[in-house]
Amino acid sequence: MFGLPGGAIMPFYQTLPEYPALKHILVRHEQNAGHAADGYARASGKVGVCVATSGPGATNLVTPLANAMMDSIPVIALTGQVPRAAIGRDAFQETDTTGITMPVTKHNYLAMHAADLPRIFKEAFHIARTGRPGPVLIDLPRDVLEEVAEFEYPDQVTTLRGYKPTLEGSGRQIKRAAKLIDDAQRPVILAGHGVLIANASAELRQLAEKAQVPVITTLLGISGFSSDHVLSMGMPGMHGQAHNNWAIDKADLVVGVGMRFDDRVTGKISTFAPRAKVIHIDIDPAEVGKNVRVTVPIVGDARRVLHALAKEVATTTRPDWLKEIDDLKDRHPGMPTSQPDKLLPQQVIRDLHEATAGRAIIVTGVGQHQMFAAQHYGFTEPNTWITSGGLGTMGFEVPAAMGAAVARPDRIVWSIAGDGGFQMTMSELATIVEQRLPIKFAILNNNSLGMVRQLQDLFYDGVRVATAYSGNPDFVKLAEAYGIWAIRVSDPAQVRDAIDQANAVDGPTLIDFDIVPEENVYPHLPAGGTAAEMIEGPVESAEKGAPAWLS
Amino acid sequence: MVELASQYHTITAVVEDKPGVLARVASMLSRRGFNISNLSVGHSETPGLSRMTFVVEGDEWVVEQVTKQLYKLIDVVRVSDISDDSIVIREMALVKVKSTPETRPEIMQIVDIFRANIVDVATDALIIEVTGDEGKVDALVQLLKPYSIKETMRTGRVAMTRGGPATGSKKTSADTTDHSAPDTEVVP
Repeated sequence: MFGLPGGAIMPFYQTLPEYPALKHILVRHEQNAGHAADGYARASGKVGVCVATSGPGATNLVTPLANAMMDSIPVIALTGQVPRAAIGRDAFQETDTTGITMPVTKHNYLAMHAADLPRIFKEAFHIARTGRPGPVLIDLPRDVLEEVAEFEYPDQVTTLRGYKPTLEGSGRQIKRAAKLIDDAQRPVILAGHGVLIANASAELRQLAEKAQVPVITTLLGISGFSSDHVLSMGMPGMHGQAHNNWAIDKADLVVGVGMRFDDRVTGKISTFAPRAKVIHIDIDPAEVGKNVRVTVPIVGDARRVLHALAKEVATTTRPDWLKEIDDLKDRHPGMPTSQPDKLLPQQVIRDLHEATAGRAIIVTGVGQHQMFAAQHYGFTEPNTWITSGGLGTMGFEVPAAMGAAVARPDRIVWSIAGDGGFQMTMSELATIVEQRLPIKFAILNNNSLGMVRQLQDLFYDGVRVATAYSGNPDFVKLAEAYGIWAIRVSDPAQVRDAIDQANAVDGPTLIDFDIVPEENVYPHLPAGGTAAEMIEGPVESAEKGAPAWLS
Repeated sequence: MVELASQYHTITAVVEDKPGVLARVASMLSRRGFNISNLSVGHSETPGLSRMTFVVEGDEWVVEQVTKQLYKLIDVVRVSDISDDSIVIREMALVKVKSTPETRPEIMQIVDIFRANIVDVATDALIIEVTGDEGKVDALVQLLKPYSIKETMRTGRVAMTRGGPATGSKKTSADTTDHSAPDTEVVP
């Protein structure tokens, strides 16, 4: 439980000493309490809880709630509210919290009687973690918190007539899907976050191996299918490996599992997978048929559906298609670096992979550093990749790492940060020190908002507006001010050694990587673009346009 | 009588009768950009449940998404697209129209023809209550216009399927409450 008290939520806080089993971590900003609960939930698979007071405390939770909503993360937010009689009168620190958070929560409650709280809490946790998970907020007026009521916690949720997630996929549809897979010549699987949420990595591997279907993982699907598996393809879409966008372009069958055909994956929707039939497996019926036309829709839990599908498909081999994919990989080696012999962000990530044997929990913010980490780390275990996908929240890397470190004390947690995002949430360094959380920070510091600068260079004629950070602090001294071990690295030869040193420190550390100021993330598929419009490398060497053999 | 164009769909929903449920529905419809031309809500035959009737403008994809997104709201219990069913549709209007001793008989005649009622008479105006489908109400309003309408108040549309079962009790295409997931069968 991560939180920060204030007037309206005080009755809740003042009773905490009576419940020593409830662990509360005091943060420096409510937004970070929300992201920490989110990071905790992603790393543990359990529900994360954050607490804030009314008014500004509650509004500071809006961003993390929206983040958790977009990425289907089970989070419970408890907010204080002004006393019931004051609601609607613009009282001190009053906001319409349930109104404001309605679009960014799976559900929310304004508790008007203490007697309702057992039912509300039971329902809230049930809603947050079942079906397609998501955040649930409970708004607690101060005088409700002070009310005394009989406590009887319900064993089961019996009060939600309108909420019954579908878990089992339709047997008929699974049979149809299996036949499509058996009949396909060039199938690919697009595996998303749902595979991780449903704990379905083993079932995904069974299906992929039995039917010999290559697996592409979306940004949030990363770590759901081991990157060292022979059928692992990497990431699709805007900054995915080029061969994946070409493979989808050539595919005659796309099997989407626990993913939502987001615009960052599909590019221009009308030209996405133009030759393919689509099987779409998702627990949320509203996602099926929302963005792409689906041949066989299956609503259900990814684990159950994949298990049934793996049983149903025929054991087969696809030497021609796998050979074709190998050729695509050869033709599109992808992710070229433009400035050899300098300190490049890609190298930092690769060295980090080696130094941690690919077993660290990696937490990132949003931007270039995030894409470099997604492309180069090489994840082999489920839930070791924690990133803000749907909402794209800069600054996520600091508080989410905090949540991950609390959830997984057995694992080393590396927070890969950009200098921009880091400065949005670095106030939590104090919390990290107080809680003795051994988080390792790697700032990929280019003194700019690198991804926006990249967009300016590629699509706005290089007109650079508001992307340079000329007055960044000395991050090493800053960390030291908090009592955190820190070092700056400018020489590519010293990267590995610095990482090893940080790993050996018993406690939080920070490495300020003084990377080349201008390095772009490639490939870059322009927003709303097609595979043929993908920019595969620095412009002078880019292989642009559709290759002749692609027809 | 004017028939609604075929791209208008009538959807009914059974929802929990709780504070904020209308706001949840309206907020979702608005933020997802659905075009709702009509929405009415009232108690249902079951205590604790309300019934909503929507008129949605759009193609099949829009109707499917509206239905599915409504289902995602925790307080929505059941959703049915009844556009293709045999249904009774009614709305009601109160129309305040200027009247003089000379025009009053003419107006009363029109009201009679429409089986509407005069519910208030003043020296200078009448209030007319009319019930019917949208076309009938439109037609009456048109005919009253020359007499100078002072004020019009119209309810939204309410709709009910003909025959025995309650509206929406039959499983429809996007009913996620069924564990055999029939919603998966109709997606194009």
